[in-house]
Parts: sequence; structure tokens; C-alpha cells
Amino acid sequence: MLEFLASNATMNNVWFVILLTGVVTYITRSAGHVVLARFKTLHPRVEAALEAVPGAVLVTIVLPPALTNGPLELVAMLAALVASFRLSPIGVLGVGMVIIVMGRYFGF
Amino acid sequence: MTHSNRDHFLEGARDCLPIMLAVIFFAMLFGATGVNNGLSFGETVFSSAAVFAGASQFVFLDLYGQQVPVWSILLAVFAVNFRHVLYSASLGRYMGNFSPLQKYSGFFLLADPVFGAGELRAQKQKLTPAYYFGYAVPLYPVWVGCTALGAGFGKLITDPQAFGFDMLLSIYFLSLLMGFRSRPNWLSSVLASGIVSVLVFKYVGSPWHIMSGALVGIALAAFLGKPEEKVEKDA
Repeated sequence: MLEFLASNATMNNVWFVILLTGVVTYITRSAGHVVLARFKTLHPRVEAALEAVPGAVLVTIVLPPALTNGPLELVAMLAALVASFRLSPIGVLGVGMVIIVMGRYFGF
Repeated sequence: MTHSNRDHFLEGARDCLPIMLAVIFFAMLFGATGVNNGLSFGETVFSSAAVFAGASQFVFLDLYGQQVPVWSILLAVFAVNFRHVLYSASLGRYMGNFSPLQKYSGFFLLADPVFGAGELRAQKQKLTPAYYFGYAVPLYPVWVGCTALGAGFGKLITDPQAFGFDMLLSIYFLSLLMGFRSRPNWLSSVLASGIVSVLVFKYVGSPWHIMSGALVGIALAAFLGKPEEKVEKDA
């Protein structure tokens, strides 16, 4: 197995390598729960940390590309941000997408 | 409980509709990129079926073309996906009414939007298996099927950017992000995460900005959270 891991990914072993990437992905997707489920009660600070997970992760996915994609994309994201105070996800998507599609159509 | 499982499943399916276009776009993009980067049609489709994680699959494609050892591919996939450890830690708290089989098959489908939607649901009402799978299950065949479409007809797509599909997921994640704004210390942890991720993105590069940014925001939330309990222990 170690020998295999040290070898290069090639056409001959690529199916197995793909399978392993799937296994690694599944491990990351279940590990957090497997570890936490061992504790009967969670410290309030751990609870507070977990409460912050969605916001803290999502902003790192959204913000850096928004600031570096270009002016039209930034305007669309800002408009979607404003819209998100009032509208449902579908409405927010509508606002952002209209700006992107129109902007690109007119060559921005 | 007045709602049946069927109602919950349909509510989940309805909530996943907004991102379907994005899923179709990225699956087709992955399919087309796969066959243009040395994978066969079957290998490309198998990747979507076995992994079901866009970021991991693109990282794999990128490294596969570079003739690198298997362990370095697996390490990169682990790094890109490390945020999912936090996803199951957090969402798992609301899965008390899932059977072990439902829980551990559910984690296979725990992609970014599934996590966001599950958390948002749990904030409003009890997260049921029916809702979770109603949201997550339709994504899977669409992801795999559209990968096959992209791999088969990849070269026919001329200008996908004109339709803005590349921005769809970003805008959707932004709307999810704002859905959590009533949580305690949301703004301070989001600002901390955002600033760190932008700096790391600029000076270190992707994908390190995701985990580093997220961990700083989460640490700040832990620091600010509920200090009135167990103060003496933490001092």
C-alpha cells in the first residue's frame, strides 16, 4: 500500500485513485461528527464555536472571489447582499443573476 | 408533528431548486474538463459518482495531469475538504432523530449547499431525515448525469459564462451566509473570517484561505461565546 501511495497516478491505476479520493472526502464529511459524538455534553465554548461554523466557512468561500473576480461581479454580489436583507434565496439569486447576465451582455 | 415525511421531503426538494442550475453548470464543466485532461468518459463520470464534491474533483484533475504521487493527491483532497470536518461536527448535533444508516449515508451527500441548507432548516425547525434527503438526494443524479453530459458533449459548450452560471453558486452561498445573521457573534466572527481569508487568498493562495479564515472566525466565536458559564474554569 505504501508503495502504491508513493507511486505516480497513471492511466493504469486512476480508477483506484479516484475511489481513494472519494474515501478521503467521505472521511472528512463524517469525521467531525464521529469525534464529537464521543462527548455526552459539549462545553459552552465548543457550542459557540460550532454555532459560528456556517458563517465563518461560507464567508471564506464567498468573499475572496467576490473581491477579485472583477467590477461587474462585485456589483452583483453587493446588490445580492442588500437584497438578502429582504428576499428569499431565490429572490437574491434573481437580483444577482440579472445584473451578471445583463452586464455581460452589454460588455462590462 | 403535523407534517408528514412526504411534506418534509418535498420542502427539501423545493429548497434545493435554486442551486440546480449551478449544479448542472459545474457538473457539465467538470465533465468537459475531465475528458480534456486525460480522463476517459467512464473515469470522469465515476469521479462524480464516487466523490460528489466539486472542489475535490477539480483538485484531483489538476494534479492527475501533473504526474505526482498518489499520496500528494490524497493530501490535497483532504486539505480542500477539511472544512467538511466542521460541517459534520456542527450539523451532527441536529441529527439526533436520524438512524445510524441515515446519518452515515447522509454524510456522503454533505456538500457545501447541503450543509448550509441543513443548518438553516435546523435554525427554524427540527431537521428531519426526510427534509435532509429531500434536499440532498435530487442533487446526486443531476451531478452524475450532467457530468456525463459534459464529458460527452463538452466541446459543444461555447460560452457558458455568458449565462452567468459561474456566479450562481457564489450568490447562493451569500444568501445562505446572510440567513445565519441572527446567530450570536455572527458579525464579528464573519468579519474576522472574511478578513483573514482575503489576506491568505492574496498572499498564500487557494485553498488555504478557507480553513485558515474559518478557524480564526470560529476561534473568535468560542472566545466571545457564553462567558458567564464556567468562567472560573477558563480563566
